[in-house]
Amino acid sequence: MSAVNAQPAAQDQQPLLSVRGVNKTFGGVQALAEVSFDLMPGDILGVIGPNGSGKTTLVNAITGFIEVDSGTVTYQGKEITGLKPHKIADKGLTRTFQVMRPYYSLPAYKNLIVPLFSPRARRTGGWRGGGKMGSRDTVAVDILEEIGFERESYVPYKAASSLPTGYLKRLELARCLALRPEVVICDEVFSGLSMSEMASMVPLMEKLQMEGITLIMVEHRLRELFRLANRVLVLNFGAKICEGTPSEVMDNEQVKEAYFGSEEVYSYV
Amino acid sequence: MSDKLKHQEGRRKERLDRGIKVRSDGVYAVSSWREMAFLVSPRLLLIVGLLAMPLAFMPLPYWQKVLSIICIYSLLAIGFDFLAHYVGLVSLGGALYIGAGAYISALLNTELGLPIWASIPLATVLGGGLCTLLLWPCLPLRGVYFAIVSLMFPLLAGRIIEALDVFGGTDGLIGLDGFPNVYAEQYVLIIALLLCLFGLRRLVNEDVGLVFRGVMDNDQAVKASGINITTYKALGVFIAASLGSLGGACLAHIYMWAGISQFALDFSIIPIAATVVGGGGTLVGPVIGCLILVPISELLRDFGTLRIAVYALILMGFIVFKSEGLMTFGARKYNQFEHWVEI
Repeated sequence: MSAVNAQPAAQDQQPLLSVRGVNKTFGGVQALAEVSFDLMPGDILGVIGPNGSGKTTLVNAITGFIEVDSGTVTYQGKEITGLKPHKIADKGLTRTFQVMRPYYSLPAYKNLIVPLFSPRARRTGGWRGGGKMGSRDTVAVDILEEIGFERESYVPYKAASSLPTGYLKRLELARCLALRPEVVICDEVFSGLSMSEMASMVPLMEKLQMEGITLIMVEHRLRELFRLANRVLVLNFGAKICEGTPSEVMDNEQVKEAYFGSEEVYSYV
Repeated sequence: MSDKLKHQEGRRKERLDRGIKVRSDGVYAVSSWREMAFLVSPRLLLIVGLLAMPLAFMPLPYWQKVLSIICIYSLLAIGFDFLAHYVGLVSLGGALYIGAGAYISALLNTELGLPIWASIPLATVLGGGLCTLLLWPCLPLRGVYFAIVSLMFPLLAGRIIEALDVFGGTDGLIGLDGFPNVYAEQYVLIIALLLCLFGLRRLVNEDVGLVFRGVMDNDQAVKASGINITTYKALGVFIAASLGSLGGACLAHIYMWAGISQFALDFSIIPIAATVVGGGGTLVGPVIGCLILVPISELLRDFGTLRIAVYALILMGFIVFKSEGLMTFGARKYNQFEHWVEI
């Protein structure tokens, strides 16, 4: 466990994001069943579950990309259920997409012009901006350099269509960071990456946490996730079956049953 | 040694734009008159060519009228191209934009007595606004669905005016002020066209243009970036509809009449054909397309109904053999020009 994990959120703090009894059905399939959880400021919350267990649906429900059937999502003390996605992003609750959605025809840094043009980025000045933003191009290249696009080898200037998956995953993150977010929901940032790409992604996520960004990470890569997360939520068939620290989750019998079958959880981790 | 090979000693062929490409891609860092001429001359050709046309057609009053019609179709066509290739909305509402501009300008001129120099700009803005309001509920639609709905509006507008007998009914609104002379008419249109063309080209390469392109390529990511895509789609429709309304207002004043035939489907279809011929996404291509298609259409009037058949054949030929469009093709060839350099 890294040192970051050892700092539990203070008990008396208000949750930053709180999800209560969220339900969603897709034509008879219960994609989300009474899911509730709290996200404390500064947390890294991992969300795991077998394929089709409703992880991405949960992300979509929180960020307004789908309408929930019932239940509430509260962010910073205000209910955001049913708000349009751009309104939710405007409040600083941002997400990445599991299937990367860059603007392929543009150079990488030009991809960040769109988020930097948004009302929120104009207010905040982009990642670390103090409400002021100079040239959007410069801010975009700065953000990309911070998250691992090597400026010396002109990676930020390359066409998004020519970049490998690792950079595209970072570009997705950069799109969120350009808004100067409070919360970033990462939908499988580790999937499809090589071992070395993943190894460099872990410190990046730790850096974001250090900067005060609260993270929700939806993942299949348990080894990396359990190093980062201080709480883990396990979904199965749309229902929350367990929530706790990584070690609690690993020891939970139900999780082993549902998620790993009969095999020993530690063989994966 | 062959004559050709001897010819090449001590020198090689080089693309004209090599120096420009090597120094910078996209940002033009020009270092010689020749490079500047290479970049400027195509633009200058278009500007000077268009500005000289009214003078060139002086002895041919019929073709002067055709030139005005070309400009009006060009305004529609660059609006269509912008909307289709930079905002991602395929709009068949060209006739609606023309009709709205024509009727609003006619009403302002005949009912309120506004002079032509006030009624045309007002009709441009009001027409654009009206069309945007009408199309607003359809903005979440995409692709062919938006196209179908936007085509319904001009059909509907014409029939409603006919059925309710408002705005002069089938007779239309008559007695509009005309342009003071044919040169005023043509230069207003040509200068407006050039300003809109270069203005739009600038716009799509600005940061806001990237947002428009984002809405087209990838609306989910734009939403996730905290930007309301409906606002930008509406803004795009407003720009295209204003261009069309400007054309429609001028058309009404040219004929000194606004009528149901200004909701004719030609205004929806020819801009698309011009964009196909000229090259989509280039903005200047549709203008070139109009410069070719509208005169052909006029020349073919002698053939009666065969006109449509010949027209269709030309279009089919372009779509099958040169689907990229003349402008895209021409720009590629232009950039491939080579010259001999000493080495």
